Amino acid sequence: MTPSWEAAAVRLRERERWKSPETVFWCAALVAPFVLPDDHLFLSQIAILGLFCLSLDLVLGIAGILSLGQAAFFGLGGYTAGLFAIHVDGDPLLGLVVAMVATSLLGVLAAPLLLGGRDLTRLLITVAVAGILYEAANKWSAVTGGVDGLQGIVIAPLFGKIEFDLGGTVAYWYALAVLFLVFLGLRRLKSSPFGLALAGIRLNPQRMPALGVPVDRRLTVAYAIGGAVAGIAGALLAQTTQFVSLDALSFHRSAELMLILVLGGAGNLYGALLGAIVFSVAHHLLSEINPMYWQFWMGTLLILIVLFAKDGLTGGLSRLRDHLWKGGTAP
Amino acid sequence: MSELLKLTGVRSGYGDAVVIDDMSFSLDEGECLALLGRNGVGKTTLLATLIGAADLHAGELVFRGRDIARVRSQRRAQLGIGWVPQERDVFPSLTVEENLTVVAVDGPWTLRRVYDIFPRLEERRQNLGNQLSGGEQQMLSMGRALMLNPKLLLLDEPLEGLAPIIVQELLNVIRSLVADGGMSVVLVEQHANKILPLAHRALVLERGRTVYWGAAGTLRDEPERLERWLGVRNHQDVRP
Repeated sequence: MTPSWEAAAVRLRERERWKSPETVFWCAALVAPFVLPDDHLFLSQIAILGLFCLSLDLVLGIAGILSLGQAAFFGLGGYTAGLFAIHVDGDPLLGLVVAMVATSLLGVLAAPLLLGGRDLTRLLITVAVAGILYEAANKWSAVTGGVDGLQGIVIAPLFGKIEFDLGGTVAYWYALAVLFLVFLGLRRLKSSPFGLALAGIRLNPQRMPALGVPVDRRLTVAYAIGGAVAGIAGALLAQTTQFVSLDALSFHRSAELMLILVLGGAGNLYGALLGAIVFSVAHHLLSEINPMYWQFWMGTLLILIVLFAKDGLTGGLSRLRDHLWKGGTAP
Repeated sequence: MSELLKLTGVRSGYGDAVVIDDMSFSLDEGECLALLGRNGVGKTTLLATLIGAADLHAGELVFRGRDIARVRSQRRAQLGIGWVPQERDVFPSLTVEENLTVVAVDGPWTLRRVYDIFPRLEERRQNLGNQLSGGEQQMLSMGRALMLNPKLLLLDEPLEGLAPIIVQELLNVIRSLVADGGMSVVLVEQHANKILPLAHRALVLERGRTVYWGAAGTLRDEPERLERWLGVRNHQDVRP
């Protein structure tokens, strides 16, 4: 390693140091199934949603690619894992890898379409790609099950030994482990020179070529990784519910994801996870309290949160911390 | 000294608009060129042409013996052209250190060496780009360009709008960069008196064309011509 990179690597390692709120967060995730013994399936859905939202955080929050089509990767991952389990092998980990490869390939193929345009053009292309996949899955019902969804998925025991149970306990630990590993990878990526280059591209895309950064190549890789993460999330959902529906590819899923990221706060990874938790819990509670008009209350709640925490929940919490501990300005 | 950069009959601008016309000059390794002219004569466009941010309509552009006329901006930077833009363009939400390491390239310029010439940056290494003063942002922008380990450093009005004490600090740094001889420098400034003492050669632009190309010392000794080309009092010690 050369001297300049050695110095940079030392600094990067310093930046990667684990902070205490992070430890608390992941400890809470470990304790959650014991505190909520009857909600393991629900908890696994939150973990999967958090993972899905991490993909958008990488693509939008870190790389700055405006996307309303992450469901394309989520759905493709789900269908790939489901079809792989039905026709080839039911091993869940192998299914995840196959889904990851398929969705990252889609990312590499779709990236050139995106990179030709700017924000709104990109947004439309992401929507279009997801729309094409949605209709393809709808029409190709002999393979995908069409509107009835893909049924008959049988997932083999994890590591050949641990059977998936109806209560969702194994599903939760499986989803949490995958989420944690992907999170660690993204956390490292974010503070790496690659991640910093993505931040630079997001902040000033015109400037980066003059600094020697191959903008298109970096964005292609970021988009493909984001696609792979969404694909893994889709595959996890397919494996833990043993079902994939067209809903996985739908526009509202992508739009909901954007909303969750805005709610949690973009660009810091924890915003995606916190947004997924708050959104899922609010959704769960409000639909129980008011099954007819829960969306009204959900909308009201979201508006309030966004009004009082403009950078999302993580931004609001960090301002609150500064205010309480450092005597800074009021949040 | 071998030739680092050579322009022959360059015509460039933005879209169909021509800003630079019939530009020819060369620069040897380790040389410092003072690029002078009034506002709007095409100094920044010439730098943008060198980095590939402006459209080259005609002419040859040779850098380190290679024709770079059709080479993309990012490749030119990788070949060794570092650019410090007038706007500084530091990344506001990255720390000083992140700004510096974001484009670090292997070579003699390391984080340590940048901190050695700009101790203020080390003191503020955890501060965000938007928490710096104008002078510190200029240092950061220069430091970031140095981390690319360029063979040619393009500085676009680096002293503009800065306090006199910072101007002096930056001039000392530029002087040491030039004296070191490790890289060539193209220095754009409106205040000729500040940079002519540092430069080996000078090029004066008027309406996109060369009106003077030669030794910087010769130009420094001709206050009448400087006054005519650059404006009244420019040859005097005018504070930026």
